[in-house]
Amino acid sequence: MKENPYTARYSRRDFAKFIGGGLVFCFSSRGLAQAPKGKMPGFGPPAGASDWNAYLRIGADGRVTVFSGKIEMGQANTTALAQMAAEELAVPVDSIDMVMGDTDLCPWDMGTFGSMSVSVYGAALRSAAAEAREILLELGSERLSVPVSELKAENGAVVAGSGKRVAYADLARGEKITRKPARKPAVTTPAEFKVIGQSVERLDGRAKVTGAAKYAGDLRFPGLLYAALVRPPAHGATLRTVDTSEAEKVPGVRVVREEGLVALLAEDPETARLARSKVKAEYEIPDTKVDQKSIFEHLLAKAPQPQSQEKRGDLAEGEKAAVRIFEHAYYNGYGAHAPMEPHTAVARMEGDKLTLWLSTQAPFMAQTQIASQLKPAPGKVRIITPQVGGGFGGKSITSNEALEAARLAVVTGKPVMVAFDRREEFFYDAFRPAAIVKIRSGIDSAGKICLWDYQVYYAGNRSAEQFYDVPHNLMRVYGSWMAAPGVHPFNTGTWRAPGANINVFARESQIDIMAAHLEEDPLEFRLRNTSDARMRRVLEEAARRFGYSPAPAPSRRGIGMACGIDAGSYVAEIAEISVDGGRITVRRITAAQDMGVCVNPKGSVMQMEGCITMGLGYALTEEIEFQGGKILTTNFHQYRIPRFSMLPAIDAFVVKNDALAPQGGGEPAIVPVGGAIANALFDSTGLRVFEMPLTVERVTGAGQTKAH
Amino acid sequence: MKETIRFTLNGKTAAVDVEGDRKLLWVLRTEIGLTGTKYGCGTGICGACTVLVDGATVRSCMADIKGVAGKRVTTIEGLADGKNLHPLQQAFIEHGAVQCGFCTPGMLLNAAALLERNPKLTREEILRGMENNLCRCGAHKRIVEAIESVSRERRG
Repeated sequence: MKENPYTARYSRRDFAKFIGGGLVFCFSSRGLAQAPKGKMPGFGPPAGASDWNAYLRIGADGRVTVFSGKIEMGQANTTALAQMAAEELAVPVDSIDMVMGDTDLCPWDMGTFGSMSVSVYGAALRSAAAEAREILLELGSERLSVPVSELKAENGAVVAGSGKRVAYADLARGEKITRKPARKPAVTTPAEFKVIGQSVERLDGRAKVTGAAKYAGDLRFPGLLYAALVRPPAHGATLRTVDTSEAEKVPGVRVVREEGLVALLAEDPETARLARSKVKAEYEIPDTKVDQKSIFEHLLAKAPQPQSQEKRGDLAEGEKAAVRIFEHAYYNGYGAHAPMEPHTAVARMEGDKLTLWLSTQAPFMAQTQIASQLKPAPGKVRIITPQVGGGFGGKSITSNEALEAARLAVVTGKPVMVAFDRREEFFYDAFRPAAIVKIRSGIDSAGKICLWDYQVYYAGNRSAEQFYDVPHNLMRVYGSWMAAPGVHPFNTGTWRAPGANINVFARESQIDIMAAHLEEDPLEFRLRNTSDARMRRVLEEAARRFGYSPAPAPSRRGIGMACGIDAGSYVAEIAEISVDGGRITVRRITAAQDMGVCVNPKGSVMQMEGCITMGLGYALTEEIEFQGGKILTTNFHQYRIPRFSMLPAIDAFVVKNDALAPQGGGEPAIVPVGGAIANALFDSTGLRVFEMPLTVERVTGAGQTKAH
Repeated sequence: MKETIRFTLNGKTAAVDVEGDRKLLWVLRTEIGLTGTKYGCGTGICGACTVLVDGATVRSCMADIKGVAGKRVTTIEGLADGKNLHPLQQAFIEHGAVQCGFCTPGMLLNAAALLERNPKLTREEILRGMENNLCRCGAHKRIVEAIESVSRERRG
């Protein structure tokens, strides 16, 4: 097995060689997002293949190469995709090499977000691999003079009943043409799975434990220059004067001043940063007063027109039926992605061709942007994505280091690295936007939910869909995670399951408030109010595994639950907490997830655990502090991401559902974490906190707010 | 002013001609080309840059290179014994303690130092000992389990 599926070892010429020397399978993009029409020539998928969406290649040595525009950032999609290809091709997983996120070699892809690697790209890959298997059977049939119907594909060979066999490697050798099979083959069914459903070890494990895995900042080229850029003290600040004379005296430093860019370059990053510290720059900072206390009022005042969605029945009817109406607002401030690897770009110009090694979740979007923004316009832009040290949505949008590195490579004629330091990472992050959810809900005389009036501001509608049986329901969505300029004081973007975390926190808190009013057990209230079979199942499975016994809240036990749908998967989580002086300690979390066919159980559970652990941060501690465009949070001593001391006992498991194709796995389990903990807090104390994170201050201050 | 600083790096002699106040992290990464040691925060908070100096953990982003003169430095590239992985490296793979991998080198070296000091770590001691190494993917549970498994083996 290749230790490091690192794409830089392939060149354009290699790809031509693949086409010439091996058997290449192309498959079309049915059901997949297409590359945008009218793309500039020379950008996007390999020549002549702009309408093809993915590639498989069987080499003369029998090894299989899979090309995917997705990137690996820890979620082990590399491994799951290799399994899917191996399953359909009937080859061992360790005979597969994955090439990911290289715009020269891989088919166009929108980006690695939305938990779609396995569910969307993987589905197409399986079809392609099944088609490839069929072609191999046809070729084997010709070679062995045995009808296709009497052949099977097995362990990298076409095998006849008589025992005659021919290896894929022997079939691939010399074949230069691509062909279409006579019949469209079906993909393997769950009953036949040999590789899908197995907990195959992640392919990049050894490289990552030995330090061999290469991230963008680990690349070295002769003449490489490290750049440190002069950064403004606040978003929206304008550079008035800059004096680089002291910086220029630092030996080995080159200063580049261009429009909107003051950069110090040196052969090592310390010298570049030392020089940067000697630059005197004056800025005009806009007088923006908004801070994390006043932001919600500001945002509500600037709210865009709502889009009405998910309209059912009539709210007035629902109100009439209600014996009790509950009206609450829920809040969450700005959050940082804070991946351990800060954004990094390495740019190299060769003639008019730019190659950019980039820590990104969206290499093809970066390619298009850089190609259009770089002056003079490059003849060609290639983005190569090495290992990415965490993304969580923070590397979905092309950030400024990419263009800066490219511009500096053009100016200096040398390879240039721009790597954010931690302060820059916290400054330029496209934060999870501050958001508000307002819910007006009602219960009828039978204790059923009869009214659901849902308004969400700046988070979008992800995971807000109403799976409780509500006859009178209206959702109004006031903007999403990207807002008009001037609304948020800085960049906002997609944070793991964008918007879903506040949506689920709000809905599941509101559900618990209604259950508590009825003095009914929160699980029973949920089950009595939803007929969604998948949701009922994950709730019941979570409760069983947790050892849940029903009791109305507040039971003083500190147990709370929440559930949600995200990326096609259903998740229910039950948390048990203790509270001491307002400080919440999560003791354990049980999580049940129905994700359809589970390609790699161990990998999926790892993602669930990762979601739950990361979710503790947005629920309990993580909050960006700012004054206008000034980001006061600069490093991890202020931004408290989850640590070992916060680790609860986590029991995460997958509820088998092979009747459904694979659904998302990278994000769903994070969405119920905040709601489950908030509900556990109420169960423990009788106090309801409406704003995340549930800090000591908010918990101790919650006594003044009426809980329900 | 540049000076020649000699030390033992992963069992071999090393010498670099650099200013003595250059940080060990960047000398390793840019002068020597060992990039397994990562920059995470630059202020010694996150632990991604953890290396061992004479067997003790050091945040290499804060450590002047002159301070390691004459000492033994172990980086992630030197944790395995040739092709044989260190038991912790093997355990990290088997227990799925690796996701994006960026914190992994620091986690492994910090855990190796903990086990070196006390081969029979309890779960509490592991949690306390790993507290100042940050992971954003949320691999904590499996990191603890991986270290526990090695500790158990050593306990026999």
